[in-house]
Amino acid sequence: MSGTRTTRTANMNRLHELRRSAVNHFVTGLAVFSTVLVLVPLVAIVGYLLYKGASSLNLAFFIHVPAPVGEPGGGMANAIMGSAVILALASSIGIPIGIAAGVYLAEYGRGRHLGNLVRFTADVLNGVPSIVMGIAAYSLIVAKQHHFSGFAGGVALAIMMVPTITRTTEEMLATVPHAIREAALGLGIPKWRTVLSISLRTASPGIITGCMLAFARVAGETAPLLFTAFGNQFTSFDMTQPIAALPLQIYVYAVSPYDEWHRLAWAGALVLIAMIMGAVTLVRIFSNRGALQGGH
Amino acid sequence: MGVDIRVENLNAWYGNTHTLQDINLHIPSNQATALIGPSGCGKSTFVRCLNRMHETNPIARAEGTVLMGGLDIYKDASPVEIRRRVGMVFQRPNPFPTMSIYDNVASGLKLNGFRNKRMLDEVVERSLKQAALWEEVKDDLRKKSGASISGGQQQRLCIARALAVDPEVLLMDEPASALDPVSTAKIEDLIFQLKSQYTIVIVTHNMQQAARVAANTGFFLNGKLVEFDATTKIFTTPSDKRTEDYITGRFG
Repeated sequence: MSGTRTTRTANMNRLHELRRSAVNHFVTGLAVFSTVLVLVPLVAIVGYLLYKGASSLNLAFFIHVPAPVGEPGGGMANAIMGSAVILALASSIGIPIGIAAGVYLAEYGRGRHLGNLVRFTADVLNGVPSIVMGIAAYSLIVAKQHHFSGFAGGVALAIMMVPTITRTTEEMLATVPHAIREAALGLGIPKWRTVLSISLRTASPGIITGCMLAFARVAGETAPLLFTAFGNQFTSFDMTQPIAALPLQIYVYAVSPYDEWHRLAWAGALVLIAMIMGAVTLVRIFSNRGALQGGH
Repeated sequence: MGVDIRVENLNAWYGNTHTLQDINLHIPSNQATALIGPSGCGKSTFVRCLNRMHETNPIARAEGTVLMGGLDIYKDASPVEIRRRVGMVFQRPNPFPTMSIYDNVASGLKLNGFRNKRMLDEVVERSLKQAALWEEVKDDLRKKSGASISGGQQQRLCIARALAVDPEVLLMDEPASALDPVSTAKIEDLIFQLKSQYTIVIVTHNMQQAARVAANTGFFLNGKLVEFDATTKIFTTPSDKRTEDYITGRFG
């Protein structure tokens, strides 16, 4: 009697074990499949860019300005330089403002009307199409000055960077343990010092990631530059005048009817991706330098 | 050197909750004073009123007089000034994770603009020695993060950090409750050594701990100070029935 019962219990345990194992395998498989699904387009895009663009890459591409139609050769030196200058300007405006707004939201604006307003504005701004940012910069700067300028392009991109950086900064600061702030305040360190040297520093890896995401996003933007930076066939560093940018140049070349220009557009896209990846990698290496053993 | 603390008619609130009610107390200088009582009795709130940390919570409020060596800390000083003179050690070790061991100890001075490197070196070494941590960390001062050492070491690091700004009073809010018995014994040894130089106020749930380190003990219950007396008296012949019930384990 008791023997049959033991066998039955053992069978049920075995069945339960099989079921548990099957569910485990199924869910793990699902996770792996999803990862592959996400990675395939990324690898495909970079691979296709390399395939199409690498053959047109040569020294001339980096040091020459575009050649007239029909002339062979020519490069995108003007666009590479122009993008670098515009992105430097956008970052130097967008990153400080974004971080400052994020600090306000996390450390001072909790539960206040102004805080809620800023948070709401940032969320709305995040969803605004990039072409609208271009129109805004156009009417604020270009229309007032009566000419296109690299400055207007930089401002348009900066405005696009701000909401992402603001919200990431706020969220990252919220993850800094309260105990650490209390430790600082308890030492007689003033609040502003605590925010700068303790909270921001503890949250910095996440904030840097947010800045890099914002940077990578605007680096490829074309629409906001169409009627701000406008583009330029020659190398220029004058931010008060129209200036070339890689996404603009790629756009112009890609829709042109010339095969030679199509090839250059592919090469330009490859260079753009490489520039973004290079900048992100540099910041990562730089921000990881001097890391402590066992630190966070 | 430590200073004495005289508390007169201290009341504290969290929102509408009257957490501390009419506390009157004299804490003598250069001694360890223990505060005991069940959870939620107000003893943590009380020590947080002694360095004005209570008011960092936006819904918190305190009223009354706290005289620290004659200085009225609520009238004659800013919270920041007070916290430089009153060190605090928290329940859970809270070293700054992004800073090295050295920078953790030096943080109170460095972040207040103190830059003299030779002096900082001296203060860091002296404070770590006072906290009985120097021998264990002296080779990793600048290499290791303050969060990389063991929990007991982290708590002694936090004590060293508090001592580095040369306070007169040291508040300890259940400093050993998150630690193992060996680390706890080390912290108690420390309190025993430090009490000749600082006025130490220690909140504890552990009555043996209070008996071991403190000359005087106060018993808090429901936001009131029920009894304050010499530790031996509290633990052998308490005047109040409620104190006796608590220490004999009849409630709490």
